[in-house]
Amino acid sequence: MTTPIAPASVAAGRLVDTAEHGHVDHLAGAHNRRGRPKTDPIYYWFLIPTLALFTLAITVPAILGIFYSFTNFIGFGEWEIIGLTNYIAVFSDPAIISSYAFTFGFAFVTVILVNVIAFLLAVGLTSRIKLKSTLRAVFVIPMVISGIVIAYVFNFLFSNSLPAFGQAIGSGWLSESILANPNLAWLGVVIVTAWQSIPGTLLIYIAGLLSIPGEVYEAADIDGASALNRLFSVTLPLVAGYVVINVILGFKNYLNAYDIIVGLTNGGPGTATRSIAMTIFTGFTGGDYAYQMANATIFFIIAVLISVLQLRLTRGRAAIS
Amino acid sequence: MTQTAARPMAGSRRGGRDEAAATTRARRGRVGQETTNWTTMVILLLCSLTVLVPLYVTISMSLKTTAQAVDGNAFSLPTPIDFSGFAEAWQLTNFPRAFVISVLITAATVAGTVLLAALASYAIVRNWERRLFRWSFFYLLAAMFLPFPVVALPQIQLTGLTGLANPVGVTILHIMFQLSFSILLFTAFLRSIPLELEESARMDGATTGQTFRKLIFPLLAPMGATVAIFAFLASWNDFMMPSLIIADSSLQTVPVVQSIFQTQFSNNYNVSFASYLMAMAPAIIVYLFAQRWVLEGVTQGAVKG
Repeated sequence: MTTPIAPASVAAGRLVDTAEHGHVDHLAGAHNRRGRPKTDPIYYWFLIPTLALFTLAITVPAILGIFYSFTNFIGFGEWEIIGLTNYIAVFSDPAIISSYAFTFGFAFVTVILVNVIAFLLAVGLTSRIKLKSTLRAVFVIPMVISGIVIAYVFNFLFSNSLPAFGQAIGSGWLSESILANPNLAWLGVVIVTAWQSIPGTLLIYIAGLLSIPGEVYEAADIDGASALNRLFSVTLPLVAGYVVINVILGFKNYLNAYDIIVGLTNGGPGTATRSIAMTIFTGFTGGDYAYQMANATIFFIIAVLISVLQLRLTRGRAAIS
Repeated sequence: MTQTAARPMAGSRRGGRDEAAATTRARRGRVGQETTNWTTMVILLLCSLTVLVPLYVTISMSLKTTAQAVDGNAFSLPTPIDFSGFAEAWQLTNFPRAFVISVLITAATVAGTVLLAALASYAIVRNWERRLFRWSFFYLLAAMFLPFPVVALPQIQLTGLTGLANPVGVTILHIMFQLSFSILLFTAFLRSIPLELEESARMDGATTGQTFRKLIFPLLAPMGATVAIFAFLASWNDFMMPSLIIADSSLQTVPVVQSIFQTQFSNNYNVSFASYLMAMAPAIIVYLFAQRWVLEGVTQGAVKG
């Protein structure tokens, strides 16, 4: 074939032509015994290598890791199966429990903050304003910046500029770096994570808002709805599906928090901002391989449960699927 | 959701939809409703400062002299403008080496992701009635539910054992973790391509391989751009995976190099910010040129996922 896309009329003409000569074997002709059309073997070559590589790179490690969680493997040397001992120990390990408490608390606060801000920005960006596309382009920039790099930038602002401002206005608690305060450091992590993940959430809300037909608002206007009424009684219910997606996707992402925390506090002060991912990775250096794999397996089960919840909630919402 | 509704950001349609929304809203209008909402716009402009100020600080700090950078005022303009921070960061972090490694990993990830995902998606969509292909689809998609920390420890162990504790190993893992999202986008797009196009190629005697190369792959280009941009951003900005997988710190990527040298920058803030800026710039530049596909990808991924 010479042109990538042949006009339909030509195609139809040739169909008749070739059919007469009986050359159309792989479309209409050959069927196997079970009456299905034969699959061109090359399709297997398209798929199988990727499937094999994927299995070796992801499935095998996952199964291996879960297997090791039932052993006393320390990363090298001999090991034996010890059953559920690791799991029982994980549930009473204060370091792991506090990393779960921090990560879930952080994810919960961040998801609310991000969704409220992103939704309001999306309402603003779909209203009658000038510079619409420029503003949208600016708001999306944080999404494309490396988490650890922007965390270092904010680290400087939190450690130097904010305390300088605090001293200038004579505020006691602002005069010291919030990252050095065990009770406030998590706020820094929330702010930078929100800064970076608002764009993705915002774009999904914009898509949701643009899918609402204008007639709905006309009807609301005829009924004499106020602007606030319109927002809460018309807009919000109509983008409810998008809210569900954003909340669950966001929550799942925040549970993996790592880069930004490394750049801001490295888990500190003490272990105040140590996330689940950071705790798992200590298994690599700390000789706790099997033990941290039990932790990782529990984390995996939680991630799967959240995904199942997501599928349950989004399925059956006509607006989404 | 129909194709049109699923792609509200897509190219020319975006303008069309915005205009349509604007006209319907104008139609419902009482007097003065067509005018710009200045209050909203001013608020949005103020909000955009939260994005722009950290970027401004990064640029201005990187252009200061060391003496000015330590004075603690992040918001002052650099006087005089001084590029020595860049020169020092360039040498200290051995930036060219880290940059080349990052570029190679990212380029191979983008090429590998687009090619493997396109081939697999095509095979899956055209053989959907076959169990192997249908199940492969769900199998490959399942990785979206698997957070990297869960498989990190065994992957560190296995890459170490197989001699892949280097940028090659990271590239392979980047491609594998990018497959789910990419296959999701490609299969959705392929299902919307009419089969007649392909049949006409087959009539001309094209084999499956030729049909893919000359017809399907070019047709996938717009979606391929979205897939490529996301593979680029994920690979270029990744810190977690290279920091754990690459054993030799002299083979590390640009984001990891920032953390390795963070302590050595000490109070030479102009040097550290020059280094940060060099790490962010490529992604921001690519974004400015490829905005459309970035915007499209987020929406597509969320709506389909």
